[in-house]
Amino acid sequence: MKMVTSRLDRFGHIFLATTIGFAVLVPILALALPKDSTFAIPPYVVALLGKYVCYAILAVALDLVWGYCGILSLGHGAFFALGGYAMGMYLMRQIGARGVYANPILPDFMVFLNWKELPVAWWGFNSFSYASIMVALVPGLLAFGFGWFAFRSRVTGVYLSIITQAMTYALKLAFFRNDFGFGGNNGLTDFKDILGFNVQADETRAALFSISALVLALSFVVSKAIVSSKFGKALIAIRDSESRVRFLGYRVENYKLFAFVVSAIIAGVAGALYVPQVGIINPSEFDPGNSIEAVIWVAVGGRGTLVGAALGALVVNFAKTYFTGAFPEYWLFALGALFVLVTLFLPRGLLGLALTKRAPATPVTPETPTDAAAPAREAAR
Amino acid sequence: MSEVENAALTSSLLYLDGVAVSFDGYKALRGLSLVLAPGEMRAIIGPNGAGKTTMMDVITGKTRPDSGDVYFEGRHDLTKLDETEIAELGVGRKFQKPTVFENHAVSDNILLAAKAPRSVRATLFGGAGQREEETIERILTTIRLRDDRNRLAGSLSHGQKQWLEIGMLLAQDPKLLLVDEPVAGMTDAETAATADLLKHIARDHSVVVVEHDMAFVRELGVKVTVLHEGAVLAEGSLDQVSADERVIEVYLGR
Repeated sequence: MKMVTSRLDRFGHIFLATTIGFAVLVPILALALPKDSTFAIPPYVVALLGKYVCYAILAVALDLVWGYCGILSLGHGAFFALGGYAMGMYLMRQIGARGVYANPILPDFMVFLNWKELPVAWWGFNSFSYASIMVALVPGLLAFGFGWFAFRSRVTGVYLSIITQAMTYALKLAFFRNDFGFGGNNGLTDFKDILGFNVQADETRAALFSISALVLALSFVVSKAIVSSKFGKALIAIRDSESRVRFLGYRVENYKLFAFVVSAIIAGVAGALYVPQVGIINPSEFDPGNSIEAVIWVAVGGRGTLVGAALGALVVNFAKTYFTGAFPEYWLFALGALFVLVTLFLPRGLLGLALTKRAPATPVTPETPTDAAAPAREAAR
Repeated sequence: MSEVENAALTSSLLYLDGVAVSFDGYKALRGLSLVLAPGEMRAIIGPNGAGKTTMMDVITGKTRPDSGDVYFEGRHDLTKLDETEIAELGVGRKFQKPTVFENHAVSDNILLAAKAPRSVRATLFGGAGQREEETIERILTTIRLRDDRNRLAGSLSHGQKQWLEIGMLLAQDPKLLLVDEPVAGMTDAETAATADLLKHIARDHSVVVVEHDMAFVRELGVKVTVLHEGAVLAEGSLDQVSADERVIEVYLGR
């Protein structure tokens, strides 16, 4: 126990140092070196890395609720997308009169739809600080409302997973509609600048990467602090034996709610960092498939380790980039196979492999709740 | 309600009167009445399906009775409270199957059970204080798991898990302990040690023990209530109830 914990802590330190190191190093390699140097990082790679880092933040958020509290959310992509939309709305309003229709207030799609005034939901988004608050507030409030009802009604296991999935799907359908007011099918794009800096510029890209990497480090530190506290111990206890925790006098629903809301806010921040780096946000980000993919990252990397979740997001996405380039038609099969293989042979993921391989004395109980089938079993009971 | 019953209610720690529970037409409890005095230790015996576990479920708020009264300390109506509220009142429960937190160290199991503020804010920002450390140390000594404090609870033997769970109850320091089949699957030596442990606990707690094992009940040497088909069949010392015609019939078959 102590051995695994301290080993995991060491992995955590290495992970933190590496992440912060990348935050410093990547901009230097991308900007300071001459373009033809062997070590120079081309701008498209910086953007790609930035995108992966945002996914890693999402994975850490998901691991906090799934790995430590047993809430298998299949709708975390919704919180990510909402944070992304909040940032996208700020970026849209920054375009101002430079849009195709040159309307200083209304974004192009509203002019196109013949709208005369800015909808209330868009008010305030010309301010970066207002948008930043919304990035956290909107996903947080949705998670609070959703969790309030779900956890109070003691919806658990696969049933909870299904309704999180329904939530993200419902949002996807809503955002697809033009009259919902967020750009419909096309979403928000053609961004010009962020805080006065050109979003396309190499320098901005490098800065966005650095910020994302630092936010990843921060999300890790916050999540780690949460799971290491007595609160975190109660959270793990809830994951393993919810009713027992209730009989000990804990308000299980409040614990779950807190973890769920924190996780949703982290996911929202990840989405907000993602949008300026990829240059677009549209309703396909709400696709249930995205949320499921995030679950696969966490499972591959190692559930309930935080470091593993981030690692899983990076590994799977690098594989995805390679596969979709080399054998595009086989990627989904590879992803499915990966998930099945990891579930069967690596219940604690890649990091679990590293943890147990070097610490063979660790007693592994057959009842480890780290396997992905646990929610299904829970429901079957 | 007559005055005599009123007196029984107000002076009781636990008071069940005419409690009935049915699941899809199956009557698990039919008019169960039971009064436990403060400081008392009581053994509940009865054949399978007598309603022992359902009774525990009703007292701890897991199951709502269809009818009947359940009062704690003569004033708290347990039928209106949920598990957490009842636990906060001071009712602790040990399950039939040992349910410890397998992925936590032994000491963390006790820490989670220890009497301390349970709010999200308190657990998020407060760690284990000096007092909690002392409680953990004292309890681990009582349940003979001091040397195993850093082991994962999942790696303990069956008997040790049962003790750990009793230790968690002690840490909770409830006014009433409900203990469901504490010696199931234990060796004779472990059973004797458990009886000692429970007697030790009963010195300053009220305890209800549900058990099949007659030798163990004899060792406890307390008042016995026999349940049968969801109601009380007999009550008294073990010798008295063992001599009861109806009890013999229930246990030996007609």
